[in-house]
Amino acid sequence: MALDKQTAAKREFKVVGTRPLRPDGVDKVTGKALYGADLTAPGMLVARILRSPHAHARIRAIDTSAAEAAPGVKAVVTAADFGAPADEAVRDVLVNCMAHDKALYDGHAVAAVAAISEAAAKAALKLIKVDYEVLPHVTDVDAAMKPGAPVIQPGRQAETVGTEVSENVTHYCEFGHGDLEAGFAKADHVIERSFKTEATHQGYIEPHACLASFASDGKADLWCCTQGQYMVRNLCSQIMGMEASQLRVTPSEIGGGFGGKTTVFIEPVALMLAKKSGRPVKIVMSRSEVLRATGPTCSSSMGVKIGMTKDGRITAGHAKLRYQGGAFPCGTVEFGAMAAFAAYDLDAVRTEGWNAMTNRPKQAAYRAPGAPMSIYGVESVVDELCQHFGLDPLDVRLKNAAKAGTKASYGVTFTDIGLSACLAKAKAHPHYTAPLKPGQGRGVSCGFWFNFGGDTCVTLNVNSDGTVSVTEGNPDIGGSRASIGMMAAEELGVTFDKVRTQVVDTASLGYNEVTDGSRVTFAVGLATIKAAQAAKKVMCQRAAKIWGIDEEAVVWEDGAARPSGPNAGQFPPMTLAEIAAVSSQTGGPIAGHHEVNADGAGVSFGVHLVDVEVDPETGATKVLRYTVFQDAGKAVHPSYVEGQMQGGAAQGIGWALNEEYIYGDDGKLQNPGFLDYRVPVASDLPMIDTVILEIPNPGHPYGVRGVGETSIVPPLAAIANAVSRAAGVRLTSLPMSPPRILAALDAAHPAAAAE
Amino acid sequence: MSRIHVNTTVNGDAVDFLCEPDETLLDALRNRLGLTGSKEGCGTGDCGACSVTLDGRLVCSCLVLAAEAEGRAVGTIEGMAEGEALHPLQQKFIEHAALQCGVCTPGILVAAKALLEKNPDPTETEVRYWLAGNLCRCTGYDKIIRAVMDTAADLRRA
Ligand code: FES
Ligand code: FES
Repeated sequence: MALDKQTAAKREFKVVGTRPLRPDGVDKVTGKALYGADLTAPGMLVARILRSPHAHARIRAIDTSAAEAAPGVKAVVTAADFGAPADEAVRDVLVNCMAHDKALYDGHAVAAVAAISEAAAKAALKLIKVDYEVLPHVTDVDAAMKPGAPVIQPGRQAETVGTEVSENVTHYCEFGHGDLEAGFAKADHVIERSFKTEATHQGYIEPHACLASFASDGKADLWCCTQGQYMVRNLCSQIMGMEASQLRVTPSEIGGGFGGKTTVFIEPVALMLAKKSGRPVKIVMSRSEVLRATGPTCSSSMGVKIGMTKDGRITAGHAKLRYQGGAFPCGTVEFGAMAAFAAYDLDAVRTEGWNAMTNRPKQAAYRAPGAPMSIYGVESVVDELCQHFGLDPLDVRLKNAAKAGTKASYGVTFTDIGLSACLAKAKAHPHYTAPLKPGQGRGVSCGFWFNFGGDTCVTLNVNSDGTVSVTEGNPDIGGSRASIGMMAAEELGVTFDKVRTQVVDTASLGYNEVTDGSRVTFAVGLATIKAAQAAKKVMCQRAAKIWGIDEEAVVWEDGAARPSGPNAGQFPPMTLAEIAAVSSQTGGPIAGHHEVNADGAGVSFGVHLVDVEVDPETGATKVLRYTVFQDAGKAVHPSYVEGQMQGGAAQGIGWALNEEYIYGDDGKLQNPGFLDYRVPVASDLPMIDTVILEIPNPGHPYGVRGVGETSIVPPLAAIANAVSRAAGVRLTSLPMSPPRILAALDAAHPAAAAE
Repeated sequence: MSRIHVNTTVNGDAVDFLCEPDETLLDALRNRLGLTGSKEGCGTGDCGACSVTLDGRLVCSCLVLAAEAEGRAVGTIEGMAEGEALHPLQQKFIEHAALQCGVCTPGILVAAKALLEKNPDPTETEVRYWLAGNLCRCTGYDKIIRAVMDTAADLRRA
């Protein structure tokens, strides 16, 4: 659906672009909103999961007889209770939910017990005897790729992978164009660096939770916190060997996801326990279970080589990316390889990516999955080249910036994009020229994300009292009920308070893809606008009927049907409320709906600017000032757009400075708690200023682009560049925790270290 | 283990319940009294999602035993609004868009209210340190801090 750019740019919005109070606000500030763990059912059992204490072990046998006989225990399940789904990806999800012949990582689920109380369930777990044969393990990506490394799962290698690496390497991918050698030959200076980033966790505050019930006639109900109820239904029905229509999934309010709730971990287990026991079963994960067994990001090891002329033109770029995504095949490195050089208009560019399996939990998506690491590597080398030539880092990025018509390294040709506009805004912002003190440094980085659309379905009912009910199928993870309702109000010409948006269960609306890829405001918004247009068409028909004129002779303007052409002015306009009030006499209820596989999401760029101070005594970094510039297309509810920009930046700051999965030599996760896995707290951060740019997305009727993910991409390099400039030494490993910074300082100044 | 009979006051109401000796106040509030507004983000005192007041003092209810509530007054998020009237902090949180997913919000509101009762004129730094025990993963804290400062300013004027 192409948009007439002129109309979009000139269009005067009445509701879109304002900041109404979110409709679910009162429920969420009073404690009424029901999240995953907040529901109980009569006769409900509580289940707990037994997890592997070993990083890698063959499961020779599991004896559950004592647990089954324990007081209060109603059901025990192991892998033996499940069949093998035909689809390989679904089978991987099941094996991740319940280990089959091997425990693949520390914390891998092995068995589960449902009992009349949590205490009874916990006591029964101790009675389960698992006979393990401990196997050699590997958790580091480079070690896992070496020939001879312990093999996590044999036979999972794609044909594109060469034979010089271990069987753990499942994927190889390659993108780019142009003559690299000629490009590097044209450069006045070439820098090649190696980088490492550690795995981080999405860190949503709400642990996974679900409540399942299963009737003996094969119908099941599931309540859970998820980013996508339809995804849960499809995965669980395949795993349970049931028809999708027999499983109704109702999403609770969701306490954060960031990509981590785009798959299932406990839901099939709860369903199987409910089936076996005949009682509703609730599972709530503990924080340590969340960290040990749900989706962290990939960790990475990368090599980046870039050539530049002395006036700042990039002549060639080459990145080699090695990601590990846990104990299962994982394609995330492909996104990293596609995104690495997306910000640049290059004649010669190449990215290669490898994924390796390790004895770690199965990777799950985390906000712009794969992109933060690769772009961190590229943006660090660009910064070092700027330092080498004494060039301004924003000028250099402006000189090389991708723009409309640029052929991206991953093959597409960009249409309207906002990168240069963000860079120019950053350059003109007072933050960029504010003075810095000794020991302080300023860093810059670009960021990019593809954005997605996908399968979407919306129903919009016009009620006889003149109000509007929008039914959508994507959990409201950060204010989307507000933005969807605003777009409905805008299109219908009614005020926002007349619209109520409901997120419904899988039986109440057609399929919707998960809340991911920054797709909801774009795709659900688009479907809502189209559904509103369909309802307007019906209302024009009804008005035509009332007036006794041709329906073509009625138009919808300013929230009312009006006679047009020769009939203009003949009848007073009829508002939505007036038409709705008599709908029963004119043909029955009025509704509009729209189903689409939305494309045209429109890529997203941002630029971050950060000042830091590094304490050379302790190695601690303080973030002093932070400004985010991002192209939002059209910002529907600017407060929540700002919120996405600030939240992503804060998560990126955590990734850059503190957060990491730490594995011991024994392959066990050493920091499965918020005390040692340290996410940024309020006193770690300054205010995060935001500058929203609005370069309309040609693929959306109002010009909307997704905004949720890009903001986590730039902080890694922006902070690394700031720290490197402040400390006077280039940091190439994340997180830049105090010990790492001290080690880098000592290495750079061995004399001072010896004192 | 036999259960303990606890008499306590929650949000001004006298209530009683039976609990296990090792049961947390958070579990008793959520599972025995149906007050699910307090959330469990960690169970180890690291996230603040379970924040309540005990005789006016801010505590992590996951670190308090239910039996310790005997004879004391517990304040939870459910007691913050008076009928239909939201507490000024609750109103400001909505106005400032200081919540995204909202799961940290009950704990942060309870903690912020405790702060303003102690210190009606906090600096930004004081607000940030007071709330350092309340994790929010969605917002980057910016709008939360602004909402608290703005409420404090309004309350001082009132
Ligand atoms: S649940 Fe009590 S501090 Fe996290
Ligand atoms: S709003 Fe989601 S954790 Fe704070």
